[in-house]
Amino acid sequence: MRGRGLYDPAREHDACGMGFVASIGGERSHGIVRQGLEILAHLDHRGGVGADPDMGDGAGCLIQLPDALLRDWAEAARIALPAAGDYAVAMCFLPRDATARAAAEARLEHFVRLEGQVFLGWRDVPVATEGVGAAVLAAMPAIRQALVARGAATADQDAFERKLLAIRKQTQNPLEALARERGMPDLADFYIPSFSSRTIVYKGMLLAHQLGQFYTDLTDARTASALAMVHQRFSTNTFPSWRLAHPFRFLAHNGEINTLRGNVNWMNARRRTLESALIGADLDKMWPIIPHGQSDSACLDNALELLVAGGYSLAHAMMLLVPEAWAGDEAMDPARRAFYEYHAALMEPWDGPAAIAFTDGRQIGATLDRNGLRPARFAVTDDGLVVMASEAGVLPIPEERIVRKWRLQPGRMLLIDLEEGRIVEDEEVKATLAAAEPYAEWLRQTQFNLADLPAAAAPAVASDPGRLRALRQAFGYTDEDLKLFLAPMAETAEDPVGSMGTDTPLAILSDRPRLLYDYFKQGFAQVTNPPIDPIRESLVMSLVSMIGPRPNLLGRQAGTHKRLEVAQPVLTDAALEKVRAIRDTLDGAFRTVTLDATWPRGGSAQSLDAALQRLCWEATEAVLADNNVLILSDRAVGADRIPIPAALATGAVHHHLIRQGLRMQTGLVVETGEAREVHHFAVLAGYGAEAVNPWLAFATIDALHRAGDIGAADAAVRYIGAIGKGLLKVMSKMGISTYQSYCGAQIFDAVGIAAEVVDRCFTGTASPLGGIGLAEIAEETARRHRLAYGSTREPVDDVGGLYAVRAGGEAHGWTAGTIANLQHAVRGLLPDKYAAFAAELNDRPGKPLALRSLLAFAPDGPPVPLDEVEPAAEIVKRFATGAMSFGSIGREAHTTLARAMNRIGGRSNTGEGGEEPDRLRSAARSAIKQVASGRFGVTTAYLAHADEIQIKMAQGAKPGEGGQLPGHKVDAHIAAVRHSTPGVGLISPPPHHDIYSIEDLAQLIHDLRRVNPRARISVKLVAAAGVGTIAAGVAKCGADQVTVSGYEGGTGASPLTSLSHAGLPWEIGLAEAHQTLLLNGLRPRIRLQADGGLRTGRDVAIAALLGAEDYGFATAPLIASGCIMMRKCHLNTCPVGIATQDPVLRAKFTGEPEHVINYFFFVAEELRAILASLGLRSVEEMVGRTDLLRQVDAAGHWKAQGLDLSRLLHRPLPPPLQAPAEPKRAHDAPLDAAMLAAIDAEQQEIVLPIRNVDRSVGTLVSGELVGRERRGRLHARFVGTAGQSFGAFAVEGLTLELVGDANDYVGKGLCGARLIIRPPEGVARQAAANIVVGNTCLYGATGGEAFFAGVAGERFAVRNSGALAVVEGTGDHGCEYMTGGVVAVLGGVGRNFAAGMSGGVAYVHDPDRRFAASCNAASVDVGPIGRDERGFDPAEPLADMLRHDDARLRLLVGRHAALTGSRRAAALLADWPAAVRHFVKVMPHDYRAALEAAPAAVPPVLAAAAV
Amino acid sequence: MANPTAFLTIDRRDRPSAPVAERVRSWAEFVRPLPESEVRRQGERCMDCGIPFCHAACPVSNLIPDWNDLAARGRWREALARLHRTNNFPEFTGRVCPAPCEAACTLNLDDAPVTIKTIECAIVDRGWDEGWIVPEIAPRGTGKRIAIVGSGPAGLACAQQLARIGHAPTVFEKADRIGGLLRYGIPDFKLAKREIDRRIAQMEAEGVIFRTGIEVGRGVSVERLRDDYHVLVLAAGAERPRDLPVPGRGLGGVHFAMDYLVRQNRRVAGLDARDAPIDAAGRHVVVLGGGDTGSDCIGTARRQGAASVTQLEILPRPPAREDKGLTWPDWPMILRTSSSQQEGCVREFAVATEAFLGRDRVEALRCRRLDTGETLDVPADLVLLAMGFTGADAEGVVGRAGVELTGASTIATPAGRYATSREGVFACGDARRGASLVVWAIREGRDCAAEVDAWLRA
Repeated sequence: MRGRGLYDPAREHDACGMGFVASIGGERSHGIVRQGLEILAHLDHRGGVGADPDMGDGAGCLIQLPDALLRDWAEAARIALPAAGDYAVAMCFLPRDATARAAAEARLEHFVRLEGQVFLGWRDVPVATEGVGAAVLAAMPAIRQALVARGAATADQDAFERKLLAIRKQTQNPLEALARERGMPDLADFYIPSFSSRTIVYKGMLLAHQLGQFYTDLTDARTASALAMVHQRFSTNTFPSWRLAHPFRFLAHNGEINTLRGNVNWMNARRRTLESALIGADLDKMWPIIPHGQSDSACLDNALELLVAGGYSLAHAMMLLVPEAWAGDEAMDPARRAFYEYHAALMEPWDGPAAIAFTDGRQIGATLDRNGLRPARFAVTDDGLVVMASEAGVLPIPEERIVRKWRLQPGRMLLIDLEEGRIVEDEEVKATLAAAEPYAEWLRQTQFNLADLPAAAAPAVASDPGRLRALRQAFGYTDEDLKLFLAPMAETAEDPVGSMGTDTPLAILSDRPRLLYDYFKQGFAQVTNPPIDPIRESLVMSLVSMIGPRPNLLGRQAGTHKRLEVAQPVLTDAALEKVRAIRDTLDGAFRTVTLDATWPRGGSAQSLDAALQRLCWEATEAVLADNNVLILSDRAVGADRIPIPAALATGAVHHHLIRQGLRMQTGLVVETGEAREVHHFAVLAGYGAEAVNPWLAFATIDALHRAGDIGAADAAVRYIGAIGKGLLKVMSKMGISTYQSYCGAQIFDAVGIAAEVVDRCFTGTASPLGGIGLAEIAEETARRHRLAYGSTREPVDDVGGLYAVRAGGEAHGWTAGTIANLQHAVRGLLPDKYAAFAAELNDRPGKPLALRSLLAFAPDGPPVPLDEVEPAAEIVKRFATGAMSFGSIGREAHTTLARAMNRIGGRSNTGEGGEEPDRLRSAARSAIKQVASGRFGVTTAYLAHADEIQIKMAQGAKPGEGGQLPGHKVDAHIAAVRHSTPGVGLISPPPHHDIYSIEDLAQLIHDLRRVNPRARISVKLVAAAGVGTIAAGVAKCGADQVTVSGYEGGTGASPLTSLSHAGLPWEIGLAEAHQTLLLNGLRPRIRLQADGGLRTGRDVAIAALLGAEDYGFATAPLIASGCIMMRKCHLNTCPVGIATQDPVLRAKFTGEPEHVINYFFFVAEELRAILASLGLRSVEEMVGRTDLLRQVDAAGHWKAQGLDLSRLLHRPLPPPLQAPAEPKRAHDAPLDAAMLAAIDAEQQEIVLPIRNVDRSVGTLVSGELVGRERRGRLHARFVGTAGQSFGAFAVEGLTLELVGDANDYVGKGLCGARLIIRPPEGVARQAAANIVVGNTCLYGATGGEAFFAGVAGERFAVRNSGALAVVEGTGDHGCEYMTGGVVAVLGGVGRNFAAGMSGGVAYVHDPDRRFAASCNAASVDVGPIGRDERGFDPAEPLADMLRHDDARLRLLVGRHAALTGSRRAAALLADWPAAVRHFVKVMPHDYRAALEAAPAAVPPVLAAAAV
Repeated sequence: MANPTAFLTIDRRDRPSAPVAERVRSWAEFVRPLPESEVRRQGERCMDCGIPFCHAACPVSNLIPDWNDLAARGRWREALARLHRTNNFPEFTGRVCPAPCEAACTLNLDDAPVTIKTIECAIVDRGWDEGWIVPEIAPRGTGKRIAIVGSGPAGLACAQQLARIGHAPTVFEKADRIGGLLRYGIPDFKLAKREIDRRIAQMEAEGVIFRTGIEVGRGVSVERLRDDYHVLVLAAGAERPRDLPVPGRGLGGVHFAMDYLVRQNRRVAGLDARDAPIDAAGRHVVVLGGGDTGSDCIGTARRQGAASVTQLEILPRPPAREDKGLTWPDWPMILRTSSSQQEGCVREFAVATEAFLGRDRVEALRCRRLDTGETLDVPADLVLLAMGFTGADAEGVVGRAGVELTGASTIATPAGRYATSREGVFACGDARRGASLVVWAIREGRDCAAEVDAWLRA
């Protein structure tokens, strides 16, 4: 499908629902298969539907070989089938073209024979195609099974399996090349879903319920299996692809491997080092182990099958691939830690959210990623059945037969050994494996920590100021590097923060020489995977790096392989010298060689090319000469030597060694004067640097601090700390937790680098527009060098000017001139001034500011008269102002924008801080209500009064990160709106904790539609390579609009690292989204909005032509209302009264709605003139007309001339089938309808059955009650297993009682209702040992009560700001980011309790005093229960959180006992004085301090919500 | 930014001036420096704006936020280096610049801009006091000789920049001392001449050769310089004053302002007057023209003991306050009162002079009020014409250099460039730009030097 456009199939994502059912005793039955299919049908809502409603994204089922069925067939076909286990079945998707198919079949048969096995015959797999969508059938392969018997020379079944792998790899790997060679393109379609003597996979591009009908084998009663592993896929694309369905041969996966590119690279780099006694010479036939262009899950499956073939057990292999977080876990058994630490050197983790079910036909199991980011629930019955799935309740089983209900916990494993007939618990699996070898002993003998090695002589720090200045010039240092980065980092140990986004040209468009790092934009997680909070969830993060060669993955060398470890990858000069001298200190185990990464003065492209060539050859020579640590060094820089850009040198050597299969035999360390800010280290790490020594940064810090308050050594330590924190943030914004996984993972998009450079040095990195080649890189570097050494005068430091405007520095869009002209124009209604403003930004020959500067209009017909063009008053309705929260900006500024937009029919956006109740129905309301990860102020009323609800997945200034509102900006008013405490800072989590995956987004959209069926639902994304596929996924989730935001945007505070280096320009993202949606047939279903740095009518015109029909503006309207780009938003000192809550400063605000209105009308008029000149009469006619754009000749620009924007302007041919513009809003909500009817009938109570497919129950009723201002009371009792989001946004007056259990997101956004969930009476299970509600319950709750008689999953009460809750145990991260309310936990809690908690109180029952180890005490105090009960009013239990603990807790436990019948609560109440001593009170210290300072500061909103 | 909220807590405080009664008795500078601690506090008020409007408004693009911060932190030596990066002569601009930076300062939105000029002056004065300002001698020479005609701020800046790259500039000055208008145009009470002298000493040490008393085009020909030097830079100013050709112009007591000021400056310098002094003592003085030169005439006349001083401005009285919303950060047209005007003068606006009345010497001016049309006679026995300049002297070097001129009698160059129509001949300062500020002259000299250097290397 790869066209000339921006869509790249490698960027596809998928996620889904998965599950299995297995008989513990291994009894095979057809019933198991049937139950598997039933699970699948109940996971239907987790799948996606594209333009064709009859086409699913894929479903599949893995079972044991159906011996009886096959035997009957063989008999009929007169084929002698050997005993079960001695024959295998290759499930084949064959080309439909007969010639290609014959060739494919012949190939398989050939390799079967070649490998000494016996080919038995082909079986046509019977299929029934009724009801299957036309597009699916069009892409359907010929499905046949090949039966193969074990050859005589093949010793046993395991050896047979290894042979099958060798056959499959040899058959399949060269297919694409072969297809090209033979001119038989269909041959490449040949795909083998499974080939095993134990298991078989039936899958296809089908809807969940179709699978069984389609493959009649599955419904054949002779088909018996002891296990059935099923998977329902939700992918971002809609292109029919049968092979992408799960399960794969060993696993089914729900989630996303973030580190995939690195994992695949590293795997391929093992070619020379991989050896296996078991596989032997066959290993060579299997390359590439991981073929190019597969999904992440398929790659993981390839790695797993190799490990298993190489002799690892399934569980062992899974622990190697997806290890739990061991590095920071003090409580872990030392033997297990040693196991993980030992294996860490063998393989970097495959990191990302993942629930993985795996089986080899003998064992079946599941494991969860270290962070627990996917749901997985299981139940065990009294007759030996295990049911595991993404959701509870997928297989209806009578409650009384269930002996255990539990969930997979982060990093934990569930394993069922069908041969032993038992469940092997996580503890046992891991303890057994950990004890199998003396890992701790091996580590002691072979593992060396650099810090423990003896010191070596370090070179003297360069301290001569003149020489230092010249060096700084040569490496392109600016004043800003010193002032904004090195100096503050060395003082505060923090990555610096700035505001207001970036308005400078891309590096490729800059007239200045820019560092190569600036051409790389960091990737980040949005929608399909979550970013991590590296501070609050530091327990999963690790900066540990291994330097040096990696052991043979399949070698089991029994710990003879020496390993060198560093705690973090930034090496001081002294540490680097240790590495250099390591040959002597470690007895020759390591041999280090330093390679010179400089090239001779003169600086031509040819000489740089030659230098890279030389460097790569030297690297090869060095490795072949048994050196195993390479240091790439530019220390030789001087008047005659130019440093090779470190990223270029690193990438070149790294990829060169990968291509030669030598990379695993050596470590790669970079010694460079160039690296100084976090992004630099991130790029070097991303392209393979295991450690970096920034020698010039250290020398500079030394010079700055030698005489300062803190000594130079201390300053260096702080600097390293700052880089480390920054790196963690960069990694975590992609959802990667370990440096080892990040290293080589290439999580970057290149903007402006030519393909030949990318292919050579940054292989596999997306660089959609081409750009500079070696010649320009050489010129940039040589220019810096000339400034340093080429003049007769001492070099002067460069001003930089990237972060604040400086004459002679980088160009900016917002300058004194543009701001003055715009402000004068809108205040005085002066069209000439606006024209001057627009001209300065629009007409930039030779001085491009953005990609759009290189585009020009190319009319294809005569102009039309201006008065025929639609009026400006119509056009401005397409405009929206950006999401700036009330809190980040003051009320005056916020309402000015809102009033302006309401008056012109546009839309303003609340941002993530809620909206004051007095604005909800006034002229100062914001039409767009944003739902961001912090969920601040997201009440039912807020949502019910929206015209549009925007889900913010990322923001341009800092994609992948959460916002923070510092305490000094939280005054009483803001605290009330946000349901928090004045003076206490607020943290928004990096991810939405209810969106870790695409189907989660679909669920949130479902929730929001239920609250407010009238509102448009939009999803805000940030441009990145692959944003198109995400936009397609968003469309399939049922959103009405998607916003593609450019990286320039940003009106709030953000780390400078993210501000300038994360995300892409909107031009690229928008074009990709538009093209991909068109290709998918989804374009009519969704509106596209462009946002981020739009300033002029010309900008709007370009956005429209590239595909946007709506336009968002943030900075420009702020400037119209008085902003002068102070870039001090984070300091609360805005001198024009916008980004501040200081009343003195707010009084200085002079903006008027008219200013904003004038601005938008100027823009619209400018746009009208362009429309007329293009011969168009309306914006509608303009959307997507890229044929009216052409790239201007940039020959005058020394760098930009290499850019090729043709892929931006590509117009793909859409498929004939287009999704309808109005998607079916199937809001069948039978339960809510029944509740509404009951309310109308003034019934007090209603009882209803419930199933896991009944999602968001109670939500529609609540939206209806609040939105229509109806009053109602109802007690609804449900029986069964509730689907996701039970009771989400439920309001006061409702009591929702559930007898049974519930899935994830119970009580999301709870807003006053009472929730009761309890197991049925008469069930023997211990409530406190069984799970009753899933993950992320009460997320963003603002009020109400919840009583859960059982254990909750991870992240219970995350960001709760007002609900009261009682639960009998929680998973990890309980009460994370909580800002208010009360949580009482009557049982155990998981790790990291109260992380980032800044308000409210938690009580935890802790009789064994184990709580302290589970609590993240960074922001909270843990103390005893206070006994002061004077003045406690049971009607207002939240009135005084400093006191009344005993009474409040007793009230809660009493209510819990009464409402749920909890035995645990009853037992506690039985001897309350004794019980209460076993509770601890968890209270955030900032919260305590704020309450002590102003006891009456409990916001009235909050108190009122607590009924 | 040392203190992000200083702008809210610290009030603007500028350099005090000596009381009028005291200062009109002396030719010495009367602006008193602030104590160091106060300068630092004033520096703290700077907010280090994301867009420093001050920096954008400054013709030499002074890195104002940077050195404000360094000054606030007491890192004077670094502040000095940062200041010198963009401005060769901050001691001149720190005294005589009208400071468009302060008009553009963000805090001027509230009429209390950072005292940028004062901080600039404090930094450089301290640099001299501490002995930090030393010659910056180029490590090696290029052997390229450049003749610069004119030793005003443009010529000096150009010469210093070229010398520091290793070129060999020679500055030709027709007067007997170096400095151009700085030397004899600006009164001592605004710019003490030792400021020029010590800069000249520094430049001589850096290799600049000064030749005074040589008028190029007369004493030495332009062609000779073209032969002897690789490059010729014309920085000869725009000295032709605007005249008022009305009846009575020939009467005694009617002088061009510059004639008046030069003579007084020479007197203060203790030099023999080459021409008869023009003394305002006991006279009723009328100054025509409301600009800086006019003000200098007022201050000089006051100090000479004028009986009265009246200043007539042909333009209407500007408003007292600007509408910030429509003008900031641009230089606003408002009523300003210069320090000389404070020293005592009558100001009339919208008044056009139609004739000088008197027999030999002027006795009065016949004027017309442009707003009402009424005529009035203003008694005067000394009239000083300070109505601006109309370009370079056509009889001088500019007219004889064989370069193309503009209609305004300045040297023509392409926009933003300094090369004239004649190969190897460059122009900068007022001679190219027309009469302007000292700070613009410095900017032109610096940019011209860079262009000359590039031309020499090409």
